[in-house]
Amino acid sequence: MELYKLTARQIKDLIEDKKTSPKEVAESLISRIEATENKVKALCLVDKEDIFTQCRELEKRSEHGPLFGIPVVIKDNICVQGQDTTCASRILKGFKPPYDATVVSRLKQAGAVIFAKANMDEFAFGSSCETSCYGATHNPWDLQRIPGGSSGGSCASVAADETVMALGSDTGGSIRQPASLCGVVGLKPTYGRVSRYGLIAFASSLDQIGPVTKDVADAALLLNVIAGSDIMDSTCVDREVPDYTKSLVDNVQGVKIGVPKEYFSEGLDSQVRDAVEKALDVLKGLGAQVKEISLTHTDYAVADYYIVATAEASSNLARFDGVQYGHRSASPRSLIDMYKKTRGEGFGEEAKRRIILGTYVLSSGYYDAYYLRALKVRRLIKEDFDRAFSHVDCIITPTSPTVAFKIGEKIDDPLAMYLSDVFTISANLAGMPGISVPCGLSQEGLPIGLQIIAKPFDEEMLFRTAYTFEKNTKWHKEKPRL
Amino acid sequence: MSKEYKTVIGLEVHVQLATKSKCFCGCSTEFGRKPNSQVCPVCLGFPGSLPVLNEEALRLAIKAALALNCQISKFIKFDRKNYFYPDLPKNFQISQYDLPVSHDGWLMISGPGGEKKIRIKRAHLEEDAGKLIHEQGGSRSFVDFNRTGTPLLEIVSEPDINSADEAYEYLTRLKGILEYLEVSDCNMEQGSLRCDANISVMPAGAKELGEKVELKNMNSFRFVKIALEYEAKRQIEALEGKEKVVQETRLWHEQKGITISMRSKEHAHDYRYFPEPDLVPFVLDDGYIQKIGESLPELSQEKKERFVEEYNIPEYDAGVLTADKYLANYFEECAKLYSKPKTISNWIMSELLAYIREKNLEVRYLKLKPRSFVEIFRLMDEGVISGKVAKQILPEMLESEKQARDIVKEKGLVQISDTSEIDKMAQEVIRDNPKPAADYRAGQANALSFLVGQIMKKSRGKANPQIVNKLLKQKLERGEDA
Repeated sequence: MELYKLTARQIKDLIEDKKTSPKEVAESLISRIEATENKVKALCLVDKEDIFTQCRELEKRSEHGPLFGIPVVIKDNICVQGQDTTCASRILKGFKPPYDATVVSRLKQAGAVIFAKANMDEFAFGSSCETSCYGATHNPWDLQRIPGGSSGGSCASVAADETVMALGSDTGGSIRQPASLCGVVGLKPTYGRVSRYGLIAFASSLDQIGPVTKDVADAALLLNVIAGSDIMDSTCVDREVPDYTKSLVDNVQGVKIGVPKEYFSEGLDSQVRDAVEKALDVLKGLGAQVKEISLTHTDYAVADYYIVATAEASSNLARFDGVQYGHRSASPRSLIDMYKKTRGEGFGEEAKRRIILGTYVLSSGYYDAYYLRALKVRRLIKEDFDRAFSHVDCIITPTSPTVAFKIGEKIDDPLAMYLSDVFTISANLAGMPGISVPCGLSQEGLPIGLQIIAKPFDEEMLFRTAYTFEKNTKWHKEKPRL
Repeated sequence: MSKEYKTVIGLEVHVQLATKSKCFCGCSTEFGRKPNSQVCPVCLGFPGSLPVLNEEALRLAIKAALALNCQISKFIKFDRKNYFYPDLPKNFQISQYDLPVSHDGWLMISGPGGEKKIRIKRAHLEEDAGKLIHEQGGSRSFVDFNRTGTPLLEIVSEPDINSADEAYEYLTRLKGILEYLEVSDCNMEQGSLRCDANISVMPAGAKELGEKVELKNMNSFRFVKIALEYEAKRQIEALEGKEKVVQETRLWHEQKGITISMRSKEHAHDYRYFPEPDLVPFVLDDGYIQKIGESLPELSQEKKERFVEEYNIPEYDAGVLTADKYLANYFEECAKLYSKPKTISNWIMSELLAYIREKNLEVRYLKLKPRSFVEIFRLMDEGVISGKVAKQILPEMLESEKQARDIVKEKGLVQISDTSEIDKMAQEVIRDNPKPAADYRAGQANALSFLVGQIMKKSRGKANPQIVNKLLKQKLERGEDA
């Protein structure tokens, strides 16, 4: 049996029936990694010894958790105690956090095996997984292409069957866009649904950790484990966590779906448009009501995002100064020289670009014109969605305007790169949950993703709609040939 | 010169709030522990860590603000103040910018023209930085992060202070209030109270304020006073010499007794304040603020009024005694043990305060406890010692913790109340001083004090002065002499 191909729910059943063990699952995945990782390059750290130590510990446990024996890959910006956590940046090389992120300790408690660290765009700055100090990750569907980003390693490793599940983080689409480009399920929860404690911040008011899985049911299973309030994170909301697996019902009868006309304009690849329209037809056929809506401030979302996100990032990344941890320049002549050289050597091009941009928009004399105005626009965008949600239950859009592009194609054109997130950014700005599920393949055989967005804290609506779609289509069963 | 110029001063006082744990994490705030022994990922600003507000810090801040007659903001929001320095692990300080927890208060000081109101612009909550330690004779520097994250209340006055003396008075009053409230231990040596000043001078009657200079690095109230005196003089001299006073930050140089330019306005920091996204703004309910208001202890003004009423002492005495909470407590303890409050007050105001000032002590660290102090009065009442002897033995009691009775016995200072012995001395004195004796008899009443003095001298201060007076008068009036 090829255990590595299975979903978490399938593996869970096998373990419960004593047909396999956490160790056998781990072995199967490790040999898969050994076969494919040199092509995909999705992972930046695999510690086999540690994996087997975890498996041995699990076998001593009397109580199995909901993820007993399930391998989960962790994006490299989420702290795992004692394991290199670098945000794929030279500046954090060798940094071993003295603590686990809250999501990691919840996974451990649930019996999951912390399997590997996933490659990413440096500090989650990017949509192609090319800005990593470890080198680019390749899309398992076409190794010449990018997997999307910034959670490119998380999504590519799930797509390549190198892990059963993964955690990513999503600030402007960083889970959903690579999930779409890799043909897997990626969920960004409502802001405040999952603790950010231990997630190395990019933009604190936008970041959320979320699941990357092979199907919708696994995403519900994983969110069940990681969601919920945390005394270590005041932005994490104290609100009951429903059992999301109960929302996995094959029924969209009467669900009102809004389709924003602004999302189907120029710049949208026609193959993507066709696939999304077909998906809407499927849902209509299953009893959903589909209506056109308008989100009038859509055009401002990308610009707004690059002000808010870079402003916060410039401040969040100030701590990487060589004083306490990570890279420090070898022979600085003075304190200022140490800061300059350490940061000059440690950060990559895109990180520098965003730090400079963010510093600029917060500077005295520019604050009101940029940052303050961006906050106002952010509210207008949120109000668009509030209005829409007063008469629809969810909103459906393409996840990404295109399928995966070629490695190197947009790396020198930041503006073109930033537009990769044009459909996903609004959910972050407005704090709403969004999920991407596979909804087709292009002529070149590349995956296309469907994005479903719901009201804040209505992940149940996402699961219901996504699960129904998945039950009635076959796209999630498509696998890359590696 | 001072008649022709008006000095305008505003003070910024940073006071450490007396919480057990830090402002945004659970680490202890205890002073004087081994460097970097009271730290955690949060106060070290480790990647992925998040701040969570310590409610006690907010409560103490509101308590102090209420006692300073401030308006309390119900909307609590924090901001980031961005600047690079190695004692600031995140390279930003969590502070409050446009919406401080409190604003528009006042505090009364006594000036040359009676009581004067100094307005308080704002008092806001922020976190303290760490401490740099520079290697003696070497080129290395170290950081101790124990203090990092300790809650501070920054109290900013309006420029209502017009002299160095008023500044000193303001600081003394402020310290008195904060100590009364027990919101801070106000220990300047340990840095729990620190003060910066803004000072400018302008020709008397001028409409526009002069260029202001920010003064830093003054480590005691006395240095604040001297530095402000120096700086006012420097600015006036500059103006008189037709030089310009430039807006800048200057440091007080303690050894040289001068101020030195540190940075000009052009090099002022741009702190790029923006809302702290890791702490969610929240609204306080009225009940919360009201409850803190009701918990305020008796402050100096109320205590002063009560002392006049309850102990029947002059308002002046009550004012001196209640200026310092610990002095007021000292007086009240004495008053519990001894029934003549005015005697206690006299002795505290003259002898005890003189000693405290001379030794630069704080009342709370006095070795002489009220129980021992009042023994002196008892010994005087019992006629065992004279007031003069009492004053003689007090310094020893203050230094040695010895009991009054023991010192009196040890040194043979017991008062002579034996009339036959005094009678003998009186005879000798009248005989040896025929002129003053004759003068007294001729109606010059003040000649008596000379003769009394001679007897006191003979008895080395031990003769009971009342008996001496009585006996002398009797003898002189009866015409007794040698």
